[in-house]
Amino acid sequence: MNARDDFRPLDDTDRRIIQATQAGLPLTPRPYHAVAEQLGLPAAEVMQRMQRMLDLGVIRRIGAVPNHYALGYRANGMTVWDVADERIDELGERIGQLDFVTHCYRRPRHLPDWPYNLFAMVHGRTREEVEAKAALIADALGTASRARDILYSTRILKKTGLRIGA
Amino acid sequence: MDELDRALVNTLQGGFPICERPYAEVAARVGSDEATVIARIDSLLARGLLSRFGPMYHAAQMGGALSLAAMEIPPQDFERVTEIVNRQPEVAHNYARDHRLSMWFVLATETPAAQQDTIARIERESGYPVYNMPKIREYFVELKLHV
Repeated sequence: MNARDDFRPLDDTDRRIIQATQAGLPLTPRPYHAVAEQLGLPAAEVMQRMQRMLDLGVIRRIGAVPNHYALGYRANGMTVWDVADERIDELGERIGQLDFVTHCYRRPRHLPDWPYNLFAMVHGRTREEVEAKAALIADALGTASRARDILYSTRILKKTGLRIGA
Repeated sequence: MDELDRALVNTLQGGFPICERPYAEVAARVGSDEATVIARIDSLLARGLLSRFGPMYHAAQMGGALSLAAMEIPPQDFERVTEIVNRQPEVAHNYARDHRLSMWFVLATETPAAQQDTIARIERESGYPVYNMPKIREYFVELKLHV
């Protein structure tokens, strides 16, 4: 694949592949062939296009999403931190590397109600476990952290996969 | 869950190959066979231990927009606003959290303009402001749980 191909936007065939696979991959011995057959495309083309989308980051990865509640990780803590803007990239990278942090983002503050600009998601079997992990984040941030909070989810109100329309 | 289930959950979070017989390849990694691996994934999905299995598409890279948004909703109005927010097809996930900002949801839209439209609609129908918190930068994303 040459560099120009990398910048080619997604076309209708890519979108048809996305629509056919966004609910999941077929559980048959040759899943990409099954998708290809459904779409009337050669299997090699489906695999090539999916590989390209993976290389471009359109597909983050192919694999399984564990249901953390069902697996016993019932404490879902969104830890939020107020850190100085000029140090946030350095600190965000550091916190993102902690092996128990599953997502780490910089987001905008909404002053005065919401002073936090660094978000790090931590899952645990109990709130105590999440708090122990948050304490490790606090250690890593040191004096750079001016305020913090942990927001636990108490109810899943809606959970659907990402969908794109036709 | 037995040892093979655990091995599959741990292995499949890392990535699934693109090739003619990918389940056979995974089976070789976990010391099993193709038919067993397919049956086990089917069962893990049916039992709800896996939420999904397949490609994870990245909305922003598809030209779309993802954002996290929060609202401060008093308890007596919570169910009404939940209904309004959940009714929007652009809302992918919605969680109640134990905070003054009590409702947190993810908006997935095909364009940034559609994101603004959805927020405006939720504000108009609910009567409460939406705090939009699109990511400014992503430092790490990988939902991996070792089981």
